[in-house]
Amino acid sequence: MRALDRIALTCGLGFLYAPILILVIYSFNASALVTVWGGFSTRWYGVLVADVPLREAAGISLVVALASAALATVFGTLAALALDRGGRFAGRRVFLGLIYAPLVMPEVITGLSLLLLFVGFGLDRGLLTLVVAHATLGLGFVAVIVGARLRGLDRSLEEAAADLGAAPARVFATVTLPLIAPSLAAAFLLAFTLSLDDLVIASFVSGPGATTLPMRLYSQVRLGVNPEINAASTLLVGTVTAIALTASWLTGRKGSA
Amino acid sequence: MKRLLPVLPALWLAAFVLLPVILTLKISLSTPATAQPPYLPVLDWSAGIEGWGSFLEALDFTNFETLASDALYRDAALSSVTLAAIATTILALIGTPIALAMARAPERWQPRLVALLIVPFWTSFLIRIYAWIAILKPEGLLSAGLMKLGLIARPLEILNSQGAVLIGLTYAYLPFMVLPLYAVLTKLDPRLPEAAADLGAGPTRVFWTVTLPLARPGLTAGALLCFVPMVGEFIIPDLLGGSDTLMLGRVLWSEFFSNRDWPLASAVAILVLVLVVGPLILFREDEAPEREARR
Repeated sequence: MRALDRIALTCGLGFLYAPILILVIYSFNASALVTVWGGFSTRWYGVLVADVPLREAAGISLVVALASAALATVFGTLAALALDRGGRFAGRRVFLGLIYAPLVMPEVITGLSLLLLFVGFGLDRGLLTLVVAHATLGLGFVAVIVGARLRGLDRSLEEAAADLGAAPARVFATVTLPLIAPSLAAAFLLAFTLSLDDLVIASFVSGPGATTLPMRLYSQVRLGVNPEINAASTLLVGTVTAIALTASWLTGRKGSA
Repeated sequence: MKRLLPVLPALWLAAFVLLPVILTLKISLSTPATAQPPYLPVLDWSAGIEGWGSFLEALDFTNFETLASDALYRDAALSSVTLAAIATTILALIGTPIALAMARAPERWQPRLVALLIVPFWTSFLIRIYAWIAILKPEGLLSAGLMKLGLIARPLEILNSQGAVLIGLTYAYLPFMVLPLYAVLTKLDPRLPEAAADLGAGPTRVFWTVTLPLARPGLTAGALLCFVPMVGEFIIPDLLGGSDTLMLGRVLWSEFFSNRDWPLASAVAILVLVLVVGPLILFREDEAPEREARR
């Protein structure tokens, strides 16, 4: 059985990582042909640095990701607190459904429906609509991550603080918040990468002058495989992997979920 | 204080999740027009009851009739559901041994294995699918490798086919199948399969009669997490499926961006929601009592 387990894990992880590894390796290919190895070179990274529209798109993506992740963290944490602490309030089931909806709803529907909302209310499509859309997408993920931490929390710590005379706000600020802080950071990072990664929703709700990095990459991918995209992808994969490892380190500490 | 907690997130969710879906339903029942925005009618709030009257009169079910009668949309719906179902089945078949192996791995390795499974999920979806183009194209690595091994004589014509879409779906959604399965399997009492083995059941019989039935909630959750978004998938059929593979997500996209037919795109969205909400409701009825019991 052990040998079979090892084969299953090797094949599974190999399947997950091989395409990404191949992409990274070929970003250092000297040849302009994506499938022919022409020796090691960093020329495509040079091309990348000189690509002004791509750099501008990366800047916009970064701003949108930071703003939307911050909003998602605040509202998602409030939602998680409400579910964990709010008792059985009216409409709890609907509330739960609305939190989980963006997690499973196909992105084309989230994108289209939000666009129809923005157009219906005469909002100009651009940075603001991108931030609102991505914050909505991230909110549910934040609520799930923070909610898991809240459920695992030792309530006696908060009770002890309250017994010693701390007002509810003080209990939250000095006991609860520090205890859930790692999960808040992890949730923020996940919301950040979700925003950085999103193509479909952004394509619907963004307007002229607010082209995000995935939108820019997609328009180039449509034209075929090219080594510059491999280089850009490698940088993005590196960044996101670093963020993911940080987040998993944050949530993995002290046995928290 | 406690009562105020849900207010802000509830308002946000009502404004940016519930209202947009209602609006989509409304516009799916309206007529396309060469205007900005390109649809009629818009509910005139200021007209009061009369506004509602003319709004209801102007409701137009043509978009759904088009969806039902035009073979293009029927085929797209059928192939979306079929491809999603096949990919979910493949995922269950390859996901179960992986999840089982993870749950049986030494305990100190398990968090690392989970992290290894999650990292690709954080990595750009677009880029992971793009990576497959270079592998699957006729002059790509897969054909070159197989030809070198002498397994095939001519390059594979797999890119721009439903086969490529299935590979992409399986690849992109593997963690969504493995993680819920693993979560259930890791909590499974190891004494149960042991007891079955002690009573003389072979490994195969232990798996089919003990492990798999106990892992069913994880399998159901994984299948839903995969099937639901797959039905509306856009990037995978667009990049790997070529012009022949029609899936609903892609039809919605082209109705919206190429044909600028917003009402029809909305109707497709409503259709996908119905296809997707159906299994979710079934799942809820199935799993809700168990979840309540676990609390």
